Amino acid sequence: MSHLLQTTFVPATSPSLRRPLTRTTHYPTRALHIQSKIREIFMPALSSTMTEGKIVSWIKSEGEKLSKGDSVVVVESDKADMDVESFYDGYLAAIMVDEGLSAPVGAPIALLAESEEEIAAALAQISSSSSAAPAPDPAPAPAPATAPDSSTSNDGPGAITGVSSASVSENFSSRSSVANGAMGSSVHPASEGGKRVVASPYAKKLAKEFGLDLRGLVGSGPNGRVVAKDVEAAVAAAAAAKVSASGAALASEITKPSGGGTAVDLGSVVPFTTMQNAVSRNMVESLSVPTFRVGYTITTDALDALYKKIKSKGVTMTAMLAKATALALVKHPIVNSSCRDGKSFTHNSNINIAVAVAIDGGLITPVLQDADKIDIYSLSRKWKELVDKARAKQLQPHEYNTGTFTLSNLGMFGVDRFDAILPPGTGAIMAVGASQPTLVGTKDGRIGLKNQMQVNVTADHRVIYGADLAAFLQTLAKIIEDPKDLTL
Amino acid sequence: MQASVSSLSISHPNSTFPSNIRLCGLRQEALRIHSVSQLNKRESRRIRIVSRKSCLQKRLVSVSASASENCGPPKSFDYDLVIIGAGVGGHGAALHAVEKGLKTAIVEGDVVGGTCVNRGCVPSKALLAVSGRMRELQNEHHMKALGLQVAAAGYDRQAVADHANNLASKIRNNLTNSMRSLGVDILTGFGTILGPQKVKYGKVGFPNNVITAKDIIIATGSVPFVPRGIEVDGKTVITSDHALKLEVVPDWIAIVGSGYIGLEFSDVYTALGSEVTFIEALDLLMPGFDPEIGKLAQRVLIKPRKIDYHTGVFATKITPAKDGKPVIIELTDAKTKEPKDTLEVDAALIATGRAPFTKGLGLENINVETQRGFVPVDERMRVLDANGNLVPHLYCIGDANGKMMLAHAASAQGISVVEQVTGRDHVLNHLSIPAACFTHPEISMVGLTEPQAKEKAEKEGFEISIAKTSFKANTKALAENEGEGLAKLIYRPDSGEILGVHIFGMHAADLIHEASNAIALGTRVQDIKFAVHAHPTLSEVLDELFKSAKINASVTEPVGEPVAV
Repeated sequence: MSHLLQTTFVPATSPSLRRPLTRTTHYPTRALHIQSKIREIFMPALSSTMTEGKIVSWIKSEGEKLSKGDSVVVVESDKADMDVESFYDGYLAAIMVDEGLSAPVGAPIALLAESEEEIAAALAQISSSSSAAPAPDPAPAPAPATAPDSSTSNDGPGAITGVSSASVSENFSSRSSVANGAMGSSVHPASEGGKRVVASPYAKKLAKEFGLDLRGLVGSGPNGRVVAKDVEAAVAAAAAAKVSASGAALASEITKPSGGGTAVDLGSVVPFTTMQNAVSRNMVESLSVPTFRVGYTITTDALDALYKKIKSKGVTMTAMLAKATALALVKHPIVNSSCRDGKSFTHNSNINIAVAVAIDGGLITPVLQDADKIDIYSLSRKWKELVDKARAKQLQPHEYNTGTFTLSNLGMFGVDRFDAILPPGTGAIMAVGASQPTLVGTKDGRIGLKNQMQVNVTADHRVIYGADLAAFLQTLAKIIEDPKDLTL
Repeated sequence: MQASVSSLSISHPNSTFPSNIRLCGLRQEALRIHSVSQLNKRESRRIRIVSRKSCLQKRLVSVSASASENCGPPKSFDYDLVIIGAGVGGHGAALHAVEKGLKTAIVEGDVVGGTCVNRGCVPSKALLAVSGRMRELQNEHHMKALGLQVAAAGYDRQAVADHANNLASKIRNNLTNSMRSLGVDILTGFGTILGPQKVKYGKVGFPNNVITAKDIIIATGSVPFVPRGIEVDGKTVITSDHALKLEVVPDWIAIVGSGYIGLEFSDVYTALGSEVTFIEALDLLMPGFDPEIGKLAQRVLIKPRKIDYHTGVFATKITPAKDGKPVIIELTDAKTKEPKDTLEVDAALIATGRAPFTKGLGLENINVETQRGFVPVDERMRVLDANGNLVPHLYCIGDANGKMMLAHAASAQGISVVEQVTGRDHVLNHLSIPAACFTHPEISMVGLTEPQAKEKAEKEGFEISIAKTSFKANTKALAENEGEGLAKLIYRPDSGEILGVHIFGMHAADLIHEASNAIALGTRVQDIKFAVHAHPTLSEVLDELFKSAKINASVTEPVGEPVAV
């Protein structure tokens, strides 16, 4: 029936509408493994760094008819929520991973039957495979690449190949008791053994957000109901416990599983969210890159004066620094390169400045693409838009994973110098400190007060050498100290 | 609020809806009778010519009935038209009848204004006006983006409740005065039909009066529908009637039913600080809406708010709070009929739709059998008796006939009936009647939803196209910092006929009329796209929508006259 529709949706305005991915996107969104007439819907790889995804919600329910192109499920990757659509007509026979749970990329999350009659067959298949492999298997074995699906574009050998068993890894082991419910959204967190937990809608929402198990919480609401402030208190207590537990004396307590239903807040272990998992993986991966650091002190009086002048036009300091960096990179393209395989230079054609932003529960790097070519005003607008989207978790993959050079600025906290860890896949990252009034001796022998800031670049020495960075920093300093080029 | 209700008894375990239950009541009715009315199109044109002649006759005989139609000796009546029920439908009919020169009386058993004015749309708009402002003031991010600084916003519950109550009495007085000044007789008491063209009315304990009328309109409306097993105490387990008085703002309220009423109340309650749990019998929330609009609305109206929900379950038993115990709700799986869960909440609002109020009307005196309480009517609102024959001189409009349970639909039906009894044949096109849900932002719609249009297209063998525009591209919406929203047009690319328009976004309820008027007048997309809209206004969202529609170049066949359903 979908051929009847000639959609004329305006694509430029749709990010928050979560426009479903179309076939033309270059991200491999799904792979379907044909098994008789029952297809498995796999957890798609929505970004190159994604290894597992969380089901935010099932748009279709079991037994519902699907048409090619229909959005079926909303998946939370390490960076954003995205709709996943079906490539085939058919019926959603069985949902294998419920809402709120996670599955590794490539693991089957649902079965698609070609006709209504085959729904039963699909259900039989799911029950047989789950009885064959009752324990969740977190490491799916890659199956022979038999999928004749031409639309499958691969970005890694094991990433999206099919698996034959219904293996599902759960994000929070504590949820396993409720995972058997068919309707993920309507499962009340009532525990077994007759003991029920009554929690208000907002309390449940918060608990889900923080990955907190409501069982064992003592509610302060009417009739012992768990309300939002109980969850907030528990989370705060857990965080406090974590901080104070850096000492060895408390360490044992922290790793102790929360048993007995008492004082969960103090001894709890809060698992990483998908985003925190991604950060963790990237940080460990960065250890395999030989990096070095070069610092530089730059006088910012002229930049500050310019900022004051054009601030009213919506220009932000972040955009100005990104622009200055991009202009310097134009003259030193080597600093914009990276080493992907340990054997070659990857010279990037675009200068895309990624800027690290702290958001709730993590860190994301929205990218100002072609920062050298776009004027400072547009760049500032673009930046605001990206930050808003990042807060709403609506960044599209190309908006956070296409950076070629990264900026990290802690100056607003008064930090005067720090060094940054190089994000894998890029050549260099610059840590920017606060601009502070500093006493300096000038060339003509006088002493003066100037605003100065320290920058510190971390780079991959396989492709970027000391002299490259030094020259780049000198150029950057010249641009910042005489910033008229920024507004061109 | 109630009058903007359509989702009838959706969470009702005994619901006798056919298999396509996901369509809400109004849509379903609209579809079901559509094909019939098409057949009637030609017929109606014929009738129109004939009836113009009889119109002349009627003017001559004035108050006495036209002998030509009555197949009996001329008889003298107390009134030309008696309307039973003084709600918005009855009021609309009365005003139009006076304009047409009819001697008119209206029988009201309760208060003038009916559900809409006293217990529905009107007071709920007062509450929603408050909730909209609360939302704005509480949204610090939004305020900051506009450069505004506001200290913590709070509210006085009683003052909010008074605002709603004052608005209702003001509108009620306006309605009463407008009828009085035009010379409509307002008769107090419950009306009962004694026989053809004869109505009895009176209050309990008072002698009854009997009047005769050439034509009678039943406009008795509806009352909140409460499924079996639910005990309403008016304090902790309530219907919209009680909720509109806003006697309490509970910490946690369960709302049974996620149609218009439920959604609007969730908007009010969450803005005033309550947490809400929806209980919906169908598998999806907001079953009556276009699925795409519903999905987007859910992301804006439900997901970020303090709301959770249980779908695919019936609230089979609800016990009010007493003796220190909370309200207890037993949930049963809609498919397996097995107990699923128990909720303990502070209050429960039953918003499962509305049931017709047709008891005591004396329908048995004229051999009319109601269907699930609704008075059966044809497409001209003429009442049908138990054998499917027309009952002469008797009409039924509004919620009591169940065609489209909206205040303005009732009024339009009333006007249509008056047109007919004054000699001009008229069939109301229900597909051109807009509906709106006054959440923040609002939702509005007219015509078919996408699945309905697809079904129709498949059956009748034409193609449909979809055009969409976003509020994000609209200057005025961005100036207000309210870019969240979508407008969607469903049309025929071969003829340019508009099949449906759905809007979710700021002031959607006010924006829909351009589309509903176009459907009512049969305006095609290729014509309306040349209409000019002031810049910058929200109406440009629709302007852009029409302009983005692609009509096949060689359209020669004009769209037929608007088809009534």
